[in-house]
Amino acid sequence: MNRLNSSVGPAKTKMISRRMFILSVAKVVVFTGIFGRLISLQINESSKYRTLSDKNRFREWKLAPQRGTIKDYFNKEIASNEKVYQLHITPENSSNLIKLFSRLKSILNLSDKKISYLKRKIAKQKPWEPIIVSDNLSWSDFSRINLFLHELQGVEPIVSVARVYPDKSTSHLVGYVSQISAKDLKRNEYLREMSVTGIAVGKTGLESMLDKNIIGEVGFQRYEVNAFGKRIRQIQIDKGQTGKNYKTTIDLEIQKFASKQIANVSGAVCVMDIFNGDIIAMTSSPTYDPNAFVHGISNTEWKYLLDHRDKPLINKAVSGLYPPGSTIKTIVALSALENNVAKTSTKVKCKGVIDFYGEKFHCWKKKGHGLMDMRSAIQRSCDVYFYEIARRLGVDRLSVTAKKFGLGKKTLEGYSEEKSGVVPNTAWKKKFIGQNWYLGETLHSGIGQGYFQSTPIQLCLMTAQLANGGYEIQPKIILNDDKNRNSLKQYLASLKESDSEDLTKPNQKLTTNLMVSQFLAKPLFKNQENINFIKDAMFAATNEPGGTSYRSRFKSKKFMFAGKTGSSQVIRFTEAQREAEVKQNEIDYKQRDHALFIAFAPVSNPKYAISVIVEHGGSGSSAAAPVAQKIIKKVIERDEMRSKNYNLLGEKI
Amino acid sequence: MFAPRSIQSNNSFREKLFSMDYILVFAILILGIISMFTMYSTAGGTYDYHTKSHILRFFIFFLLFFIVSFFNIRFWHQTSTLIYLFFFLLLLGVKYFGLTSSGSQRWINFYFMNLQPSELMKIGVILFLAKYYGRIQTSDVNQVRYLFLPIASLMAPVLLVVTQPDLGTSILIAAGGSVVIWLAGVRIKFFAYLSIIFISVLPIAISFLKPYQKARILTFLNPDRDPLGAGYQIIQSKIAIGSGGLFGKGFLNGSQSYLDFLPEKHTDFIFTLFSEEFGFLGSTFILLLYTLIIYRLVVIGNETRSNFGKLYCYGFSTAFFIYVVVNMGMVLGLLPIVGAPLPIMSYGGSSMLSIMFGLGIAMSCRIYKDEVVN
Repeated sequence: MNRLNSSVGPAKTKMISRRMFILSVAKVVVFTGIFGRLISLQINESSKYRTLSDKNRFREWKLAPQRGTIKDYFNKEIASNEKVYQLHITPENSSNLIKLFSRLKSILNLSDKKISYLKRKIAKQKPWEPIIVSDNLSWSDFSRINLFLHELQGVEPIVSVARVYPDKSTSHLVGYVSQISAKDLKRNEYLREMSVTGIAVGKTGLESMLDKNIIGEVGFQRYEVNAFGKRIRQIQIDKGQTGKNYKTTIDLEIQKFASKQIANVSGAVCVMDIFNGDIIAMTSSPTYDPNAFVHGISNTEWKYLLDHRDKPLINKAVSGLYPPGSTIKTIVALSALENNVAKTSTKVKCKGVIDFYGEKFHCWKKKGHGLMDMRSAIQRSCDVYFYEIARRLGVDRLSVTAKKFGLGKKTLEGYSEEKSGVVPNTAWKKKFIGQNWYLGETLHSGIGQGYFQSTPIQLCLMTAQLANGGYEIQPKIILNDDKNRNSLKQYLASLKESDSEDLTKPNQKLTTNLMVSQFLAKPLFKNQENINFIKDAMFAATNEPGGTSYRSRFKSKKFMFAGKTGSSQVIRFTEAQREAEVKQNEIDYKQRDHALFIAFAPVSNPKYAISVIVEHGGSGSSAAAPVAQKIIKKVIERDEMRSKNYNLLGEKI
Repeated sequence: MFAPRSIQSNNSFREKLFSMDYILVFAILILGIISMFTMYSTAGGTYDYHTKSHILRFFIFFLLFFIVSFFNIRFWHQTSTLIYLFFFLLLLGVKYFGLTSSGSQRWINFYFMNLQPSELMKIGVILFLAKYYGRIQTSDVNQVRYLFLPIASLMAPVLLVVTQPDLGTSILIAAGGSVVIWLAGVRIKFFAYLSIIFISVLPIAISFLKPYQKARILTFLNPDRDPLGAGYQIIQSKIAIGSGGLFGKGFLNGSQSYLDFLPEKHTDFIFTLFSEEFGFLGSTFILLLYTLIIYRLVVIGNETRSNFGKLYCYGFSTAFFIYVVVNMGMVLGLLPIVGAPLPIMSYGGSSMLSIMFGLGIAMSCRIYKDEVVN
């Protein structure tokens, strides 16, 4: 049949062809669309995609710089660095944090508490800021993480350095580092500029004082990474800058030894070179392990340290304030001599107590010492003698001398924990207490009680400045290349050479003045004879029978020292207690007197000064002097080595 | 001229050889060689398993292309139904004897390669429908009783494939078949009805979709919604292509791809890698090659005498076009990611096999263009 539409035939073919034409047009349109899209991506926006592609594959990590080391005088490390393994997480790099945490939990055995702590921390931060899961992984944990790294998207294992402190004896002196806090950032611009996660910042002691230079400069690493964050190759590395290394004047052996001597008590020791002010040792007890802070101290441990009766976190050598007690008698006597209110031959009869405008002032010896001159009064530490001397001197003149010799102000530069103490006078009382001075308070000041407050390092400085002949020195812990470091010693040596003792001769005086200005030696005295007298009296106190530190003396000339004991009152005895002659060890610990002792050695050729305090030790002679004795021996034994080193050193470190 | 002839034709072997469309042959060959180099690059510059097997497959199936094209078009016409049924059986076989991988059942293990019958079905429906509509009269085309078989023959494999689940291939099968149906003269309104039926069946179909497939459709609409998840591939693909710029990053320098930012780089995203490495110029060149192939196919369709041949060639060329566009659209972020390979470029034995087979039949239409087919 011939139909218009048939199965074969031109009509059908035509229809098919027509429809195909329509399809072809559609194809062209669609193709143009594809082509246009290609243009848009690859030509118009190609730079944008280029950047994105680079962002994908380049990652930068900031490298925490290595802290400079702190060494002792003989180059032994007292604060150094060790390699640690850390684990950081960058939340935005992880596709599923919950899964990640559960994986980490099983790999590292993290506690649930830790995980919830981390989650809270992440919630508080921005997603591109990394958090530290652990800043001290064991090697086995670290390698385990690396094994499973492909499953742990967003996790970054990092090899870093952490602070390590070899010995506990330097804890207070050196201080510790811990993780940077918001407060640190607020206070210090240089930290803000660094912005490295979890960088360790010095919190106390030398670590804090030297932090800006010792912390170093940040470096960075640029890596090409694949989609899993796995580092494929390193593009660039800038190691940054290790912090500046510092050398101290400390002798670690003596520091350790001294620390051991006071380990069982609460107290402090300070040892100083009397000519250049080098601090040989400065230790406080009880002490703590500063390494515990480096990776974050536990709450319980922190609480323990805070609540401990004897306050282990305080550096008692510079922050502990105590009345100087009888140790001040050296200054009282010196001041009286210099101001001509008394002579070395001035005599006072001690009956054990005096009555002063109705108030009783006692001597520590109940029955009294009898007739005393200045030398014996210092030797036996007679209070009554010094009540009289102080009364004649007046507190204002006393305070001038005390301040000259280093009390009442900070001794070190830049050591923030240090306290200035108190040297009272009439103006001070008016200003700070708002009252007039009572004469009775002068008497108390004369034996180092009352408002007087001093730190062990101040007492050490005072002693050193007496021992070196009355010249001012600047105590220091950090060795620098100060050209004038040993100028005092040189000056004194040259004095000896010129063999002149009579400074009143016009020629000598001129020469002396010239030398003074050249060597920057600052005498604190008007008449050096007075200084020599005090030194001699201290010698008697230790080495002549009846002296308060006689029992702790060395018979050998090599170690012989001269010292002054002190017992500073914490609480006044009542009359009843005096009557009963209550002993120190019979009363409550907290109410016992502090035991103090200052000394210089060796007597024949003084080089070192020492101050010791034993909190609530009862009496300076029984508790503090024996400690000082042992340390002095050690110091003198090591003196030869130190001098050798000093000669080799020259002026450079 | 319209007298029936036997299957044997009078042309000699030499004449047949010369009557091939060599432009098409070379276009395919060049594309194949490019795909081999690109596959080498996806392996990171080594001859790994993918690279070697891809090269092997290309050459074997290229040979198949020649062999198929030498068969008389009438042979193919006669065996269309059988071929379709055979493929359909294979599809059923997948359901019961098939391999499961990544949560979907798509392959049968034939030792030297895994056969994915759904790819073959793409050609199968076109063949079958071309034959069907080549036979019936135009007036009958739109009659309901003549629509049952085509619809059934299209729907059945589509549903089988969707439930594998394989959304992408099922769409391509449906597309190919629909083109032939439309070319044959079926009116739009039937497509409308079909769509309605399909939409009503859709919920059932969607229930078979895995969550990731559903997510893919959602994230297509907004890739940034989930940049590390389902939107990841789209974003990464765009970055890779865009960062190629005008000249590309150079052979073997596709950092996005070799750094594992782009998964599936040897299959669905092969064009991304190529584009990243050879830039806009390279991409345009590929587009031109595909345009050339499709154009030559249409020309063959124009020149072939039989309606079966026309329907087949037009249908196949449009289907080919759709495969290319869907893949490129996906890769360029214009379409959701559905998992559709790029013909010849993508890795995949079944895809290569079915494309070469399809091209072979088209070439046969060329060689035997004057044959009268029933």
